[in-house]
Amino acid sequence: MNHEALIPTLGVVTDVRVDTPDVKTFRVNALGGGKCFEHMPGQCAMLSIPGVGEAMFSITSSPTNKEFMEFSIKKCGCLTEWLHMMEVGQQITIRGPYGNGFPVEGELKGQDLLFIAGGIGLAPLRSVIDYVLDNRSNYGKINIVYGSRSADDLVDIDEIRERWMNAEGVNVHLTIDREQEGWDGHVGFVPNYVKELGFNPEGKVLVCGPPIMIKFTLGALTDLGFERTQVFTTMELRMKCGIGKCGRCNIGDKYVCKDGPVFRFDELDELPAEY
Amino acid sequence: MIKEKAAQLLREGKVARVLGWEAGEFAYDLTPAYFETEEELKNLVYNEYSGANLSKYLIAASKMEGVTLALLKPCDTLSFNQLLNEHRINREKVYVLGVGCKGMKDQNGELLLKCKCCKGKEFKAFDEVIDDEECRNVPESDRFEEVRRIEAMSAEERFAFWRNELSKCIRCNACRNVCPACSCIKCVFDNPKSGVAAKANTDDFEENMFHIIRAYHVAGRCTDCGECSRVCPQGIPLHLLNRKFIKDINELYGEYQAGEDPEARGPLTNYTQGDAEPSVVRERSGE
Amino acid sequence: MMMLKLSMERVGELFSAIANQQALYLPIESADQVNFEKWSEGRKVRLDVLKTVKSGKDLFFPQSENLVAFKMEGKSIEIIQQELSQEKFVLMGVRPCDAKSFEILDKVFLAEPQDSYYAARRANGTVIAMACGNPEETCFCKNFGIDAADPVGDVAIWIHEGNLYWKSQTEKGEALTQSVKSLFSEAQEAEIDAFKAGIREKIEQLPFSHLDLSSFTPDQLNEKFNSPQWKKLSQSCLGCGSCTFVCPTCQCYDIRDYDTGHGIQRYRCWDSCMYSDFTMMAHGTNRPTQLERFRQRFMHKLIYFPSNNDGMYSCVGCGRCVAKCPIHMNIVKVIKALGGESK
Repeated sequence: MNHEALIPTLGVVTDVRVDTPDVKTFRVNALGGGKCFEHMPGQCAMLSIPGVGEAMFSITSSPTNKEFMEFSIKKCGCLTEWLHMMEVGQQITIRGPYGNGFPVEGELKGQDLLFIAGGIGLAPLRSVIDYVLDNRSNYGKINIVYGSRSADDLVDIDEIRERWMNAEGVNVHLTIDREQEGWDGHVGFVPNYVKELGFNPEGKVLVCGPPIMIKFTLGALTDLGFERTQVFTTMELRMKCGIGKCGRCNIGDKYVCKDGPVFRFDELDELPAEY
Repeated sequence: MIKEKAAQLLREGKVARVLGWEAGEFAYDLTPAYFETEEELKNLVYNEYSGANLSKYLIAASKMEGVTLALLKPCDTLSFNQLLNEHRINREKVYVLGVGCKGMKDQNGELLLKCKCCKGKEFKAFDEVIDDEECRNVPESDRFEEVRRIEAMSAEERFAFWRNELSKCIRCNACRNVCPACSCIKCVFDNPKSGVAAKANTDDFEENMFHIIRAYHVAGRCTDCGECSRVCPQGIPLHLLNRKFIKDINELYGEYQAGEDPEARGPLTNYTQGDAEPSVVRERSGE
Repeated sequence: MMMLKLSMERVGELFSAIANQQALYLPIESADQVNFEKWSEGRKVRLDVLKTVKSGKDLFFPQSENLVAFKMEGKSIEIIQQELSQEKFVLMGVRPCDAKSFEILDKVFLAEPQDSYYAARRANGTVIAMACGNPEETCFCKNFGIDAADPVGDVAIWIHEGNLYWKSQTEKGEALTQSVKSLFSEAQEAEIDAFKAGIREKIEQLPFSHLDLSSFTPDQLNEKFNSPQWKKLSQSCLGCGSCTFVCPTCQCYDIRDYDTGHGIQRYRCWDSCMYSDFTMMAHGTNRPTQLERFRQRFMHKLIYFPSNNDGMYSCVGCGRCVAKCPIHMNIVKVIKALGGESK
C-alpha cells in the first residue's frame, strides 16, 4: 500500500513538563526511540488521540535536537484537555511535518532577528530561536521580546533564563501585562514594549501571539520604521487533512496548512481579510 | 396591493425592512429576501411559488435594528406563533402582514405536498391582512390518511418502508435548517460534546436515528408546516414522521395544534392529571 | 476509434455483459429518486433522466469512507490499516458536466501528496459519459467549455432514435469496448451528426448558457470578496449543505472518529463550508456569520480554485444547486449579482 498522508504513525510521550497553569510541554519519541520525522522550524504536526480528535500543533523543538520532538500545548478545548491528562508512556498518533516553516535557510539567514511572542505564541518561535542559537554564526544580532499575562504564564522560563539570556549576542526582554509581587521586570503590553525598546528597523522580525497582539505589534513595528516585507508570522486555523485538500484552512487561493502557516505580512496583505 | 402596503409602511418609517420573496430567474425560483427601499421592493413577488415559510427568518430579524414587516401566509402564522411561544421572536420587532393563499406550487407547477392538506386560511397572528374570499376557501383533506396507511402496515413492512425512504438521506440538513421548530442555537447533531454529532451516516442505524430523533425533538411543537418535505432534495416524506406524532398527541392528550395560541402550554411540557400513562400507550399500540 | 451501435432494446444485454466482468453503476430509480447505484437484473435504469440527485462523485469520493482504525489498550495504540478499494467498476450514464467534474476532483485529490483512497477508485473505475439529448433550463455547462453533445469519458455514448451509439476514447475505454464488442454493430460517425447539432442548438438557447464570467479572474479576488452583494445574497441562505452535497465538484471533507465499541474507526465524510462548525476551533472561528461561509463557497469555485488551476472554474454548470436549493439561491444568481449578467 502507498504511504497515505492521512494515516499517522505512533509516537510515545517520554516527558511531560508543566510550564504554566494551562501550558504543558510534551516530549515525543518514535516507538523505537529517536524522532518520528524530521522537520524545519515553524512546521507543524497533526497529533491525535483516536476517539478524542486530531489537531494541528506547531513543533516547539528545533530540528537541531536530534533526540526528540517537543510540543508546548495550551489547554483550551476537548483534545488539548485530554492531552493535558497524559502521562509519560502514553502513545499518541502523529503525522507530518506540515507547512512551509520559517525561511531560516533563506530570507532569514545572515540577518539580525527580532522575535516577538505573546503567551503560547512562543511555541512556534521557540523552534526557530533554538535553531538559530545552534547555528549562531549564520545569523546577526538577536532580540527576543516575550510577554504574557503574568509571570506564571511565561512558558518555559527556566530555559529562557539559563540558555537564551546567557547566549552571545542575544538580548531577551520579558514583560508581563500587570504588576505582580516578586516580578521586578518590565510591566506592560508587548506592542508598547516593542515601541519603548525602539529597535532599529533592520533585519527580520518574527511575530506570534494572540491576533490582537499581532495587530498592535505590527502597528508598533510600522511606527519604528519596519516594512511589512520584514515581518513574518504564523497562522492558526482549523485544519483536518494538513495537505491542502479538506478545504478548511482555505483563505483566498492559499491553504494555510500547505502554503503557510508562515506568511510575510506583505503576502498576507494580498489575501482576503478573513483570518 | 401587498407591495403598495409594504412601500407605504417603509415610507412612513413604521418598518425598517420587508421580509418577502424576491423574483428569480424563472417564474418559480423565488428566494426569501429582505427589502429595505422602495426601489428594492420592485423585485418583491407574491404568487403561487411563494411556498417558503418565512417565520424562521424572524429569529434573525428580531435581532436587527427596527421593525421587520413579514409577509406570512395563514399556515406560516402557526410557526410564527410557536416561535413566539418559545420566545425566539420578539413580537414588538415584527409587523405581520397576513397574505391570503390559494395553495402554493412546486417548480413543476404541482400543488405543494403541504398544501394538499391545508391547515386553514385563518391568520393566527397578524397586524393586518390582505386577502379575499377565494383565499378563505379551505379544500377538504385528511392529513392523517397516509399516517393511517403506514400504521396499518406490519412492523416489517413499516420498517422496510422507512428504510427505503431514509436510506436516501444525504444528511444535507436542509430539513433541519428550514424547520421553524429546529431553532436550537447549537443542534445536538453539531455539538461534539453530545456524543452523537455527525455529518454523515456511518451506518443504517444513524441514518434512521437522525430523522427519528429530530421528529422527537420537534414533537408537540411542530405545526405541520411541511417545509421538511418540501426542501428534501431526495424527496423523503419527512412530514409523515411529524404527522404520526401529531396524531398520537391528539389521541393521547386531546386535539392540539401547535402555534394555534402563542400562550398555549404544549401537551408534552404541561402536566395534567388526565395525562396518558405509559401503560395507555402500550395498550393502544397492541403489538 | 470506431463508432459502434446497439439497439436500445438490447441494452439490458449490454448491462449484463458489463456486470459479468465488473460492478456496473447506472442511474437507477429507487423510492422515486434517481441516483447512481449498482445495477443488477430487475433494477429500474433511468438513462432518460437528465440529472441524478447526487452526482457521480460518490463513486470516487464516497460521502463517508473509513480511513484507518485504532485499537486502544491502556496507554498503547494499535493502528489498523484500511484496505484500499479493489472493486473494478464501470460508471455508466454520467453526463458531460459530471464527467468534467472528475477532472476537477483530480486536481485536488491527485495533486501531491495523492489521496490514495481516491486514486484507487479512480484507477479502478471506467467512466461512460453520455450526451444530453434534452438539456434543461437549469443547465449552464456551456459556460465552462463543456460540450453536452460530445461527452468526454473513457467511453462516450449517445442515445438516439432507439440506438445506443458507443465510442471509446481512452485505453481503459477501449479495453471495456473489446470485452463487449460482440453485442455491437459498426456505425458511422455521421449518423449522429444531426443529433449532436440539435443538442448544441438547444444548449445555445438555454437561459443561462451565456453568463459573463469575464470579471471572475484571480486579479479580481479582493474586489469580488469585498462586494456589498454578499450580505443580501447570504441573508436568505439557510446554512444547510444541500448545494454542497448535490454538487459534483464540492470536495471539502471532515475527518472524524467513531467509537465502534471494539475500537476507534477514523472515517472521513463530506463536509460543507456552509456549515457553522466548518472552521470552528476551540477558541473561535474565522467565519462567524453565514455571510463569510456563503461567500467562501462561491469565491472558492469562481476565484480561488481557478487561481490555482490555470483558470479552471470549480463549477461545471450541472444546475443541481439551481434545482435543489430549498430557497432557490444558487451560483447563477451569485454570478449575476456579482457582475456576471448574461452576455
